[in-house]
Amino acid sequence: MSQTKSLNVDYNYTVVRLFALTTVLWGIVGMSVGVLIAAQLYWPALNFDTAWLTYSRLRPLHTNAVIFAFGTSALFATSYYVVQRTCQVRLFAEKLAMFTFVGWQVVILAAAITLPMGISQSKEYAELEWPIDILITVVWVCYAIVFFGTLIKRTTSHIYVANWFYGGFIITVAALHIVNSMVIPVSLTKSYSIYAGAVDAMVQWWYGHNAVGFLLTAGFLGMMYYFVPKQAGRPVYSYRLSVVHFWALIALYIWAGPHHLHYTALPDWTQSVGMAMSVILFVPSWGGMINGIMTLSGAWHKLKTDPILRFLIVSLSFYGMSTFEGPMMAIKSVNALSHYTDWTVGHVHSGALGWVAMVSIGAMYHLIPAVFAHGRMYSVKLVNTHFWLHTIGVVLYIVAMWISGIMQGMMWRAVNADGTLTYSFVQSLEASYPYYLMRFIGGCFVVTGMLVMAYNVIQTVRAQKGTLQPIAEAA
Amino acid sequence: MSSFWSAWIIVLTIACLIVCFVLLTWNLKNHVGVPENETTGHEFDGITEINNPLPKWWTIMFYATFAWSVFYFAAYPGLGSWQGLFGWTSSNQGIKSLAESKAAVEARKAAGVPSQLDSEYMVANETFDKEFAKYTSRSVEELAKDTDALQVGQRLFLQNCSQCHGSDARGQKGFPNLSDNDWLYGGTVDKLKETIIHGRKAAMPAWGDALGAQGVKEMTAYVLSLSGRKVNDKDAAAGQMKFAMCAACHGMDGKGSLAHGLPFGAPNLTDKVWLYGGSSEAVEQTLTAGRNGVMPAFGERLGEDKIHVIVAYVYSLSQNQKAE
Repeated sequence: MSQTKSLNVDYNYTVVRLFALTTVLWGIVGMSVGVLIAAQLYWPALNFDTAWLTYSRLRPLHTNAVIFAFGTSALFATSYYVVQRTCQVRLFAEKLAMFTFVGWQVVILAAAITLPMGISQSKEYAELEWPIDILITVVWVCYAIVFFGTLIKRTTSHIYVANWFYGGFIITVAALHIVNSMVIPVSLTKSYSIYAGAVDAMVQWWYGHNAVGFLLTAGFLGMMYYFVPKQAGRPVYSYRLSVVHFWALIALYIWAGPHHLHYTALPDWTQSVGMAMSVILFVPSWGGMINGIMTLSGAWHKLKTDPILRFLIVSLSFYGMSTFEGPMMAIKSVNALSHYTDWTVGHVHSGALGWVAMVSIGAMYHLIPAVFAHGRMYSVKLVNTHFWLHTIGVVLYIVAMWISGIMQGMMWRAVNADGTLTYSFVQSLEASYPYYLMRFIGGCFVVTGMLVMAYNVIQTVRAQKGTLQPIAEAA
Repeated sequence: MSSFWSAWIIVLTIACLIVCFVLLTWNLKNHVGVPENETTGHEFDGITEINNPLPKWWTIMFYATFAWSVFYFAAYPGLGSWQGLFGWTSSNQGIKSLAESKAAVEARKAAGVPSQLDSEYMVANETFDKEFAKYTSRSVEELAKDTDALQVGQRLFLQNCSQCHGSDARGQKGFPNLSDNDWLYGGTVDKLKETIIHGRKAAMPAWGDALGAQGVKEMTAYVLSLSGRKVNDKDAAAGQMKFAMCAACHGMDGKGSLAHGLPFGAPNLTDKVWLYGGSSEAVEQTLTAGRNGVMPAFGERLGEDKIHVIVAYVYSLSQNQKAE
């Protein structure tokens, strides 16, 4: 590989380093809160009768922390790293880039304070109140200026595919956030949506599903398109596939929101359009998985020795699984069984823990030694330990929620010979208890893995220059 | 939906699908400018890209979903105001009142295309109504001794009543215990039926302004003394002077409206059953701010046949109580 060319450019790694470290920190925080609320579902006494420790307040804290603190920090870190290296230039507007770091951390801290206090817009994944929303908008516009500014001053002739995905994610998230957060404030901590009724619900899920589509899918596909070929040392499988699946993905995803509102007050036509687009979306979604996994062709043996590559490839398997499962669940008759059950929770976490977290963790294990001028992580063995802890945790989690979710769906629809429901709601809840325990145990595995990662990262950062040499590759 | 918005939806939806279709078809052939299976000639930080063709099985899958979407959009409502070939709808759309809803249900039934919701109701009624109808010819007193009927009644109770009255029917604050043979509106079969079919609205007025804080304290003392509680005698005596205002509903003796054959649902104050709590704080709160208990009307929702069986179940609970 021609690394020499890139070494000539003096990249700005300061902001990358900061975001990389906060990725690990917020990952631990966000996932630990997740484990706590999973425990509360099994041992309700764990809210200690304290308002700010209740599930209702900690659940949005968990989702905001993992999506916007952990996931988005990973996107900031990798996009700043990738855009510099694939454009062969230093970041545009470096002070602005630094502002995005500080600004984003302020957003996260504000979320961590206001959500437990019960200050909320009550919109899923958009709970933060209007003053924080304004700060998010400002930071995001600066992010776009830095990213696209760097693209414009690139010295390469073309724009690499990873940057298409990062760019699509940045623009769309800005639009989603601004439209969904339109409110009329009544005080500093309280506001009302400008939309009403079914329109409000539709705008919310247009936002909510595309937060999944553009932040958690497109953004992380950008990550995948750099770190998979880089770590595998192989060319990207198909340029043409990347063109088709990129444009088809972003054209179709934006329509998929209504599948969150099947059989509600939303008009039939909206539900149908949302369902049809979601089903077609399955194919371009898989385009990314194929392109990632096939990039490994001719280098499969590397999976045996390289736990970082294992993280990346297994993340793509989870991506493929979730993007098959999602369109199936978007079909109305399947949704009639799955909706409001733990199946949805399992689906989200196979995407969030399997795809998003694993590709981010893999990318961080590649990126952190690079930006701290080391040849490798402090301990490759611990990376492997993390891989197995995480994989076992995710599988426990998803399997528990699949069983629990499908069981709930079946119990809720079971009727006696006289047409009355066979089970009361409480009975379905009782039946779910063992799986809530299993989910909690899975979560503990994941958080333990993150703590192993934190130790490994700290040792890597603190290591003497030149002591961490890359391990020679087996021929 | 206006024809403008209908056209807007149709054009955008179809345009999106056509763009994806053309994009896919165009890329089946090699337009990249380099031979297939070779790298594109660009390099990004050491990463190159191969100009491999699209995987065939993937392409076929893509076309299959397009073909399916054509069928789906023709068959079901989705493209603006297009109703779909089968006239399917999940429920009647754009309904603004109960009258409109009833009219729409009848109109669609007459046209032979009931909504999915209505046809599910029709199937359910056809299948299950006879299960309940077989009980209507028998008296509630008789059903209350029939274990099969009681099981059906209990299931209906768990689905429809337990949310407020509890799975064991023992109630909770603000929602009466149905198993203790202490009734607000009467525990006879006829009264129970009346309560479930038409619902009840209790109205204990707020006396805070009229009595003042001291007055509320005195009245509380008197009310609590009625059930034999130890209270400040001076306060209780002062409260008793004003009890006439309460007597209109609760009776001069405080035994409640039912004891006097009146339909207000005003509780008996001389027993130890307290719907909203019997602490002096709770009684003060009741006197100051009033209470407005609501039992919803289930007549329309469940129909008389099902209510007949529920009444048997509820009736049986207090019969057991009497026997003990």
